[in-house]
Amino acid sequence: MTRPRLRSPLARFVLVRLAATGLLLLVISFVVFALLHLTPGDPARNLLGPKPQTPELLASIRAKYHLDESFFRQYLLWLRNVLHGDFGTSIRSDTAVTTLLSERVLLTAQLAAMAFVLTVGLAIPLGIAAAWRAGSGFDRSLSVGAIVGVGAPTYAVGLLLLYVFGVWLGWFPVYGSGDGGLDRIWHLALPAVTLAAGIGALVFKLTRTAVVGELDQDYVAFAVSRGLSRRQIRSIVLRNALIPITTSLGLVFAFLFGGTILVEVTFALQGIGSLLASSVTFKDLPVVQAITLLTAAVIAFTALAVDLLYYAIDPRVRKQQVR
Amino acid sequence: MRRPALTPIIAGVPLAVVGFCAIASGWLVPNATAQDILTGVTPPRTPGHPFGTDQLGRDILQLAVAGSRSAVVGPIAIALGSMLIGLLLGSLAGYIGGGLDLFLSKYADLLLALPTTLVALVVAGLVDGGYWVTVLVLTVLFSPTDIRMIRGAVLAQSTRPYIESARVLGLPRRRIMFRHILPNVLPVALTTMLLNIAFALVAMSALSFLGLGVGPGVPDWGRQLSDGRNLLGQNWGAVVLPGVLIIITAAAINLMGDWIQESFERRASRR
Repeated sequence: MTRPRLRSPLARFVLVRLAATGLLLLVISFVVFALLHLTPGDPARNLLGPKPQTPELLASIRAKYHLDESFFRQYLLWLRNVLHGDFGTSIRSDTAVTTLLSERVLLTAQLAAMAFVLTVGLAIPLGIAAAWRAGSGFDRSLSVGAIVGVGAPTYAVGLLLLYVFGVWLGWFPVYGSGDGGLDRIWHLALPAVTLAAGIGALVFKLTRTAVVGELDQDYVAFAVSRGLSRRQIRSIVLRNALIPITTSLGLVFAFLFGGTILVEVTFALQGIGSLLASSVTFKDLPVVQAITLLTAAVIAFTALAVDLLYYAIDPRVRKQQVR
Repeated sequence: MRRPALTPIIAGVPLAVVGFCAIASGWLVPNATAQDILTGVTPPRTPGHPFGTDQLGRDILQLAVAGSRSAVVGPIAIALGSMLIGLLLGSLAGYIGGGLDLFLSKYADLLLALPTTLVALVVAGLVDGGYWVTVLVLTVLFSPTDIRMIRGAVLAQSTRPYIESARVLGLPRRRIMFRHILPNVLPVALTTMLLNIAFALVAMSALSFLGLGVGPGVPDWGRQLSDGRNLLGQNWGAVVLPGVLIIITAAAINLMGDWIQESFERRASRR
């Protein structure tokens, strides 16, 4: 609080966080750009891919990606293009990266959204219920289930679900992503459950720990001895426990994006995650760079949103100095 | 507290079996990768092949036994390596504090926010480094958890009365750190390491599922799963066996870690 020029603490908070997010993304964009030069081999040849490596084509690639400029200037030129929404051309399919991404982003977003709804809708209520009956059989069986769920790898769970419900029982489709609407939901059900299982177990554990921790607080004992109704105590406890739960939701997003890669590959879905996996194998650098940077941006802005939400929920944060 | 001592048995038996397989796989299944194109894919319960064979005629059970080696070696290396980083940087951050602490904490926060699968996939995939590069990348990505845990444990110890009195007695800082704080931090280090082994196992086999990590032909559970994915209709054993193995092993390590953590806490509270 050395220079309190901005009167509104909220505005200050938002500005500081925005600046930090921007700085972080700038650093990440530099690393992502450097991937081109970290990849073994001549960048021009890497960018040319399997096309015949004639001197003319190599020269045109060098000119297009400014490979004869200094490293830092190359970065600035690349960054300018990126900020204008131009991530270059995919080596493998020879189409603009943005076109490639826009064809696939919807599926990944739908998958992530379904998994998110499943996670939040099931794990948090179950975590609260388990904490309320801490030590009971209900709580213990859920907790052991969560330990297994946290450790269980997405793709193994996915393949087992695919075998049992897709091949064996035949309730769900084994391939494809459906024609939109309900058909899409039906096709994405198994992938979304798979994606939600591991993250849901984590959120369940966090929720349970948070609520149990609050129930141990002195104010709860005080409220009970004052004769407050169970419902009143419940609402106070939940309000306080909500704080760590909300911050954990930022973590959920980072998890979701790592998870979509595996789930999309497992279920052969044509989304952003499977595109990244195949692009890495193919060394399709412009696509890899674009997906990495966009994912970083989504995660960074989610973290920002969570911070703001935190600010809204917890009055103590508002009182504190903004670092 | 009331949890019966059943956990170490339930978790210990599968771990002992997997550990034994990893050590003795060369002797147990010397011909695990032997191909038999003529046999091709066979379903489970084929005579001589309890879990059937894959498209190259390799026995699924033998491959899975042999695959326990890469499932154990890499994750243990990752957990040890990241704990080494964690002990070094975490104790520095916790004990010296100040600007170094702030810097290391921010560094750990940054690494922690990265989706592990994505970063490991991109870095290890573009560099083409094989098994040990993947291990190295994951070691770096796993270290922030260790740094944080050790930092927290060091901070918790350094306000205890016995450390205060050691300080008052004028013991050198290095002696306090290594002789007094560090031994009390080791239980935390041990449980964190165990949990990291489970996460590393999942991450490593995820990468080999995506076609990275182990080289072609090397037996590995993740690789087996991605091969078996295409055989779902012909031989369910090719997916179910390695899938169940990864889930059971990871769950057993997690249960064991949880149990050890609780017994340490119980011992500490009894004192």
